[in-house]
Amino acid sequence: MELTFDLVALQLFTGLALGAIYVLLAVGLSLIFGMLTVVNFAHGAFFMVGAYVGLFAAEKTGSFWLALVIAPMVVAAFGMACERWLIRPLYGRGIDYPLLLTFGLSYMLVEGVRIVWGKSGLPFDTPELLQGATNLGFADFPTYRLFVIAVVAVLLFVLWLLIERTSFGLIVRAGARDPVIVRVLGVDVSRVWLLVFGVGTGIAALAGVLSAPLQGVSPEMGTSVLTVAFVVTVVGGMGSLMGAVVAGLLVGVVESMAVLIFPEAAKVSMFVIMAAVLLIRPQGLFGRAGLMA
Amino acid sequence: MSAINPTLAAAPPRSLPANAFAAIAKHRVLATVLFFAIFPWLMPYQSLAINILIYGLFAVGFNLLFGYTGLLSFGHAAFLGVGAYTAGILIAQYQMPWWAAVPAAIVAGCVVALVMGLLAIRTRGIYFAMVTLALSQCVYFLIYQLPASGGENGLRGVNVAEVSLFGLKLNLLDPLQKYYFVFAFVALALWLLSRILASPFGGAIEAVRENEARARACGFDIERTKLLAFVLSAAFCALAGALNAIHLSSVPIETLHYATSGMVVMLCLLGGMGTYFGPFVGAALFLLIQDLASGWTEHWQLVVGAVFVFVVLFFPNGVWGTFLQKVSHDR
Repeated sequence: MELTFDLVALQLFTGLALGAIYVLLAVGLSLIFGMLTVVNFAHGAFFMVGAYVGLFAAEKTGSFWLALVIAPMVVAAFGMACERWLIRPLYGRGIDYPLLLTFGLSYMLVEGVRIVWGKSGLPFDTPELLQGATNLGFADFPTYRLFVIAVVAVLLFVLWLLIERTSFGLIVRAGARDPVIVRVLGVDVSRVWLLVFGVGTGIAALAGVLSAPLQGVSPEMGTSVLTVAFVVTVVGGMGSLMGAVVAGLLVGVVESMAVLIFPEAAKVSMFVIMAAVLLIRPQGLFGRAGLMA
Repeated sequence: MSAINPTLAAAPPRSLPANAFAAIAKHRVLATVLFFAIFPWLMPYQSLAINILIYGLFAVGFNLLFGYTGLLSFGHAAFLGVGAYTAGILIAQYQMPWWAAVPAAIVAGCVVALVMGLLAIRTRGIYFAMVTLALSQCVYFLIYQLPASGGENGLRGVNVAEVSLFGLKLNLLDPLQKYYFVFAFVALALWLLSRILASPFGGAIEAVRENEARARACGFDIERTKLLAFVLSAAFCALAGALNAIHLSSVPIETLHYATSGMVVMLCLLGGMGTYFGPFVGAALFLLIQDLASGWTEHWQLVVGAVFVFVVLFFPNGVWGTFLQKVSHDR
């Protein structure tokens, strides 16, 4: 196969769409960790549940667009219930316990989905409006992937406004630095934590719905995605929104380029990036040294 | 205890069970080995006893890192898998004798652990779990693509039918004789573990767990201590992997799966992390729950997940850990 400019450009955009999904996952994970210091091992499971709820909603309402709104809200509500009743009792008991709890939770979610929707994967149709390809001037590109990139860009902008420009965002940023001081100042931190967990899991669910037309849905789809989210977070730097964006796109593009040039290495490429970052800059590309020591 | 609390020292002589327990705790290797010598007769069937022994050893290795050093790794499937595949490939494809394949598996596990450890220990705190998980997934993909590993179907034909050493012959097709073959390795490993824990290094890893900053201030090289603990932990797990390959006569690719890494965390937590015998209790409970639940519903993972969540929430010391607390409290 010859490497033409068109082919490389096409694969670059495929990588960006793939990376956009990774960005969403890592942003949610990073947001939850930054605030709650909880490593959410159920993040992949929430992603998977989001895809299934989206499938269910799309079947019932007949609209992909409604599913895109309903699934994140349902999963966010569920995530908030988990934070309130399962994770909250573990605060102050050491950082490993919430992690272990979410790991057990992910087992239950995967098996729960298997009970409700069956063990095998299901197809998820691309909405009619987004089928086909769009000409970008140099190449035809699948419209749905462009749509994914656009949605992620808009969502990131909204998230950035929320965190950097609102008083809620101010509390989130302050809480990530020092929750004790924020509490002393009279803020009900536990309510903020509840909301942040909801937002994080909701974003994971949105990523699930967005990726469903690309790969279909299956109970195991969350497992590989969890690893990717971890790699992206480690590469970008935990607790950094910018880091998640850059690292997510980087991992996505490198992976799809590797498919083109050296397919055997595609799956391993992101681990090579992670190893390199760990050797050169252990706190991640945009991570602050000393944070979470 | 009595040295710290003078009122306890003045208390009347301990009751007989407490005395017996103190004696057991003092000779933990002997007690554990004696227990496992009669263990096959306590189990419903002998292959379950072998499984408990092997997964218990896997959890013992993990416990050295998680329970005693305080490092939570989510990548220990890599060491079980590397041990199993190394021993399996050497036996099945290079016709190597078991007494060469098993040590080779341990060495391979240590080498992989050294590389993984050098990378993972550069990170701090909670990153460790994420990096070890990611690196073990990397090992999964590498071995999956290795032509010798059999890929998706796993490795077949790891047949060791007969073992003879110093004139003693064991027929591994007989479950009971196979049990004692595995038992010999586990007994050796348990003795070694006891020596490690009782050594100055054993004190150092517990110092790292209790207070890393203070241990560093005391002059310990934290990074080297963690790395050594990581490699030693992997050595036990690789041995468990090699034994499992011989036990099953095959290596399923699931050995390397992320769920296996999660399972060993579960075994350790269920039994009681940082206890000598806890991992075996955890392995026995887990395999019995799995055995019962899988006979009762095909969705046994739901039960396993629920038990795990329950233990984290209400039983953080695990079954054996809680029992030990009770006993030492009564004394």
